[in-house]
Amino acid sequence: MTAQPALRPGAPAPGRGTPDQPRRIRTRPPLYRRRTRAAWGFALPFVLLFVTFTAGPVLMSLAMAVTDIRSRDLRNPFAVEFVGLENFVAVAQDPMFRKAAANTAYFVLVGVPLTLAVSLAVAVVLNAGITRLKTFFRVGYYMPVVTSIVAVAVVWRFLLHPDQGLLNEVLGWFGIEGPNWLASTTWAMPAMIAMATWRSIGTLIIIFLAGLQGVPTSLHEAAALDGANAWQRFRFITLPTMRPTLLFGAVITGIGYVQFFEEPFVMTQGGPLNSTLSVAFHTYNQFGFGNYGYAAAMSYVLFLAVVVLTLIQFRLLGERDTVRRRRWWHRRPAAVASKEIGR
Amino acid sequence: MSAPTRTPLPPTEPPTDAPGRPRRTRERPIGTARPHLAAYLVLGLGLVVVMSPFVWMALASVKSEGEIRRVPPTWWPEAPTLENFRDLFERLDFPQFFTNSTLVAAAVTLGNLVFCSMLGYVLAKSDFAGKQLLFRVVLGTLMIPGMVTLVPLFVLVANMGLVNTYGGLILPFLAAPFGVFLMRQFFLGIPDELIDAARVDGASEARIFVQIVVPLAKPALATLAILTFLGSWNNFLWPLVVATTEDKYTLPVALALYSTGQNQTDYGLLLAGAVVVVVPVLIVFLLLQRYFVQGIAMTGIK
Repeated sequence: MTAQPALRPGAPAPGRGTPDQPRRIRTRPPLYRRRTRAAWGFALPFVLLFVTFTAGPVLMSLAMAVTDIRSRDLRNPFAVEFVGLENFVAVAQDPMFRKAAANTAYFVLVGVPLTLAVSLAVAVVLNAGITRLKTFFRVGYYMPVVTSIVAVAVVWRFLLHPDQGLLNEVLGWFGIEGPNWLASTTWAMPAMIAMATWRSIGTLIIIFLAGLQGVPTSLHEAAALDGANAWQRFRFITLPTMRPTLLFGAVITGIGYVQFFEEPFVMTQGGPLNSTLSVAFHTYNQFGFGNYGYAAAMSYVLFLAVVVLTLIQFRLLGERDTVRRRRWWHRRPAAVASKEIGR
Repeated sequence: MSAPTRTPLPPTEPPTDAPGRPRRTRERPIGTARPHLAAYLVLGLGLVVVMSPFVWMALASVKSEGEIRRVPPTWWPEAPTLENFRDLFERLDFPQFFTNSTLVAAAVTLGNLVFCSMLGYVLAKSDFAGKQLLFRVVLGTLMIPGMVTLVPLFVLVANMGLVNTYGGLILPFLAAPFGVFLMRQFFLGIPDELIDAARVDGASEARIFVQIVVPLAKPALATLAILTFLGSWNNFLWPLVVATTEDKYTLPVALALYSTGQNQTDYGLLLAGAVVVVVPVLIVFLLLQRYFVQGIAMTGIK
């Protein structure tokens, strides 16, 4: 438990000074110690709850992942054996997991670019194309974000109904005969992606609008005077200066989409024929079957995917500094945008 | 473009490489284009697509069961009726679910306001041993998928005897890393001088927090309160696992169980249920929408 050594008020700060050279006598007045005590007093209620209900379970889950624990072992903990990485090997060999991983990859690889593109398009038009009703549109696009997924599922199951549904009715106006979305192994996943996009663009639009504030008007003016048209200005000014914001949006969307669970849970239960079974959903099912060790291992695989995504973010965002030095147009907006996203 | 440079420009100066397009007098900087009808059209069309599920839900909830099932579907209800809502309240104990949802969300919100602002304050404004480590650990858990903690958390709550209690529904959410992050971001913007001045005057840390910092943080606290309340209100996986009898169900749990059980073809009833779950949230959101924008702008996280 990483947070615990530091839990005690007034505990020595790690990594300052050497043991035979008492550090506070030299640099830290008693005030520092008093302040540490006061600060931990402030932190204590949160830390206690956090350690009990978050940090503890995270570590317990890790412990489960390297044992053969099943639900019935909870009453008889001594029957549990340490199995090392066996669970992880079993996960890698599980055909259902592979299916789920492929589905999740499909969902992420199609869903993230689609969500980003739609959000960016709306944000750009909102930012530059109109002057009135901005709040009205922003609020409208954000409404799906605040809506309960359970209610969303009820409504969308209807919209997607092959005969009584709105979607196929609208498609019918154009002479297209829509499929039975949620019962088709081909179309269930696109339906999930559409739903996730619908639920996610509101947040990204607001983030992108903030980022667009950081694109300097002077660059647009200069480019327009040089004869650049609207598309060229978007492509060569807006996009590069928005890069940090776009990456940030891509990563938070990616982290959310990798954990893709609620949509299949309420809409399809992973069907038809496991075509919408996600890794998170497969994990949930394995927990339900009582295969705790196995499911815990799988949840850590999911965690690993999130970590990898985040590392990619840091690498790409880290590159920003070198790019900034190389390309003059990155200088101001990058700073503004990074403040915008709070790092 | 500033006013002096605007005058010398002739109104119809031909652009260098777009000969067919006459330039107009600049009323706004280049680059922020004129409000286009096309832009309103595109945004309006997009909005229609985004809003149509809500509109359809509302309209269908006042249709009769027969009309809902009609092929092809009708758009406007032929004979609006509140039958579905009456059935809903007769068959399900909605006031109870509503109370549970409100109670749980209110408690979770209150806890987060108190605990997250306390920790966020010292992380932003105090220098103490273990601060960096604490911040990193708390922030690091933002990335951990909910699946990782689900079962250990359930085992823990079960061992505490809290299954199917309000405590079991509330306690795991009282201290959320997101709130700490949001409050810290806000407190970083409060000038140190203010706090130092109070320290010099001999105010205790607790007094500084309660009398100076908290009043300044009202906008951030409002943002956190709304986001937390809503998150709790819409949360359904954990309540689904922990609440085992009807008297502890929250609204989403009731609707989820009802819509996947043997009643999943009672379309009218389900749509009415969806309206009851969604509409209060939408009203609150519409009234307080600027706080949502602030919350996202402040942290970049939903």
